[in-house]
Amino acid sequence: MIYNMEFETLPREALEAIQLRRLRATVERVNATVPFYRKRFREAGIVPADIQTLNDLQRLPFTTKIDLRDNYPFGMFAVPMDNVVRIHASSGTTGKPTVVGYTARDIETWAELMARSLSAGGASRGDIIHNAYGYGLFTGGLGIHYGAERLGASVIPISGGNTKRQVMIMKDFGPTILTCTPSYALHLAEVAADMGVDFADLRFKSGVFGAEPWSEAMREEIERKLHLTAVDIYGLSEVIGPGVSIECIEAKKGLHIFEDHFIAEVINPETGEVLPYGQMGELVFTSITKEAFPIIRYRTRDITSLNPEPCVCGRTLIRMNRVSGRTDDMLIIRGVNVFPSQIESVLMEIEGVEPHYQLVVDRVDNLDTLTVMVEVGERAFHDEVRVLQTLEKKITKNIKEFLGVSVKVTLVEPKTIARSEGKAMRVIDKRKL
Amino acid sequence: MHVEQISVFLENKAGRLCEVTRILAESGINIRALSLADTSDFGILRLIVNDNDKAREVLKERGFTVGKTEVVAVEVDDRPGGLHRILDILFRSNVNVEYMYAFVQQSGDNAVIIFRFDNPEEAVNILQKNGVTVIGGEKLYKM
Repeated sequence: MIYNMEFETLPREALEAIQLRRLRATVERVNATVPFYRKRFREAGIVPADIQTLNDLQRLPFTTKIDLRDNYPFGMFAVPMDNVVRIHASSGTTGKPTVVGYTARDIETWAELMARSLSAGGASRGDIIHNAYGYGLFTGGLGIHYGAERLGASVIPISGGNTKRQVMIMKDFGPTILTCTPSYALHLAEVAADMGVDFADLRFKSGVFGAEPWSEAMREEIERKLHLTAVDIYGLSEVIGPGVSIECIEAKKGLHIFEDHFIAEVINPETGEVLPYGQMGELVFTSITKEAFPIIRYRTRDITSLNPEPCVCGRTLIRMNRVSGRTDDMLIIRGVNVFPSQIESVLMEIEGVEPHYQLVVDRVDNLDTLTVMVEVGERAFHDEVRVLQTLEKKITKNIKEFLGVSVKVTLVEPKTIARSEGKAMRVIDKRKL
Repeated sequence: MHVEQISVFLENKAGRLCEVTRILAESGINIRALSLADTSDFGILRLIVNDNDKAREVLKERGFTVGKTEVVAVEVDDRPGGLHRILDILFRSNVNVEYMYAFVQQSGDNAVIIFRFDNPEEAVNILQKNGVTVIGGEKLYKM
């Protein structure tokens, strides 16, 4: 079902008129209130009045995760803290997270977009939504939650973890919509099977899965094992959180971008040049309605292409294809963003440990696992097992504390980590999606 | 009265121990005693050899992480209660044994046990005060 018939089915010209008006207002406002943007615009020789058409967006400079880090924590906010009612954060490339803020109206906007998304995924008033995305600084849990309430559905704010209890609640409460990461969905299926619970006997109709990369093969597996229709949802906290784009249950072929709030571009990651529809490149977003944390031409590092063809669902919103990779080395482990550089910073702070490491990502029983292989040099080595085991535990604990992700640490001999062209191969991703 | 032991970090995978013994064999180094401590993913090989410096050098050259530790070689009566007597002395004096293992060769009629202590000086003093024979490195490597 289409939640907002007016805005999700606008004729292209009407939509573009709205986009231009909102874009100009946004550029005007960030120029006036965010020193970072004012400086960037000046350096690029642009004043807000230069934005006369949607194509003029291409004249604006890009914003990157590094810019967000440089303005940590609140430097990119466009409103006084008095007007910020919510703060979320995601992983940064080094120790510090990327922080985003929301005004009361931003929360309203987000709830609307999530209501649209859940509706596109088959939910409506009367449904019971089992929301197993994590609640907290991560935008997943609360994003879905507010959308579910806006839609008028009943939401079970179960959050992540404690899987057996989740299965019991699924059996007893009879939820009809499942929201979680795709890998957790498969994990739920496995735990349920162990407990003798068959998803065929549960009441699920559909599931809205995202926050990590997945594939058509995984969709088939989820649909078969969980007896529901699976749709893909996309979002990132820097843009708003989940609800930037959503697959419709009718087509399940590409994710409709809510273009009345975000303008999407696909660029050549090397040159920054905007690519025509259909060509693969890096996805770039500009928010055009956000108040607390507007963002101009944010480079998501996600690789995809845009598809303007009309869709059977009736939405006129452009679709992005499934994200097929990244232009950086960010890993998504059980929904948590992890950069190898963050692991490196943790290792460097431990006495005696050298920055020779390798990350091995795998999916075991449908859950992502991250093994950190650390080379043992002379400074860290000791003839007593106890000392080396303490070191392993310390690395595991520090990574958990700083990154919020559980890893297995394995000590390895020097030079076991393959060096290619003098540069260490930092990441081996064995996951078959 | 100390004995030098070398230790080598080994990953728990096929052929690593064999690689160490090959390198030592090719360099004409004789292993006098060894102990291997292992966990599920790594092991620590401790060796007493006839030429510590050369052993360390050749192993390091081949990419192994090699450590050096002082251990104490103790003569133990080769009869029931022989080892117990030594451990009893150490226990009463509050000296903690990190680990220990047997030396291949006998010293006369006595067995030789290698001990790893936190504080070898103190342990040697206590043992000698109690009439226990501690063997120095010079003698041990040639045994």
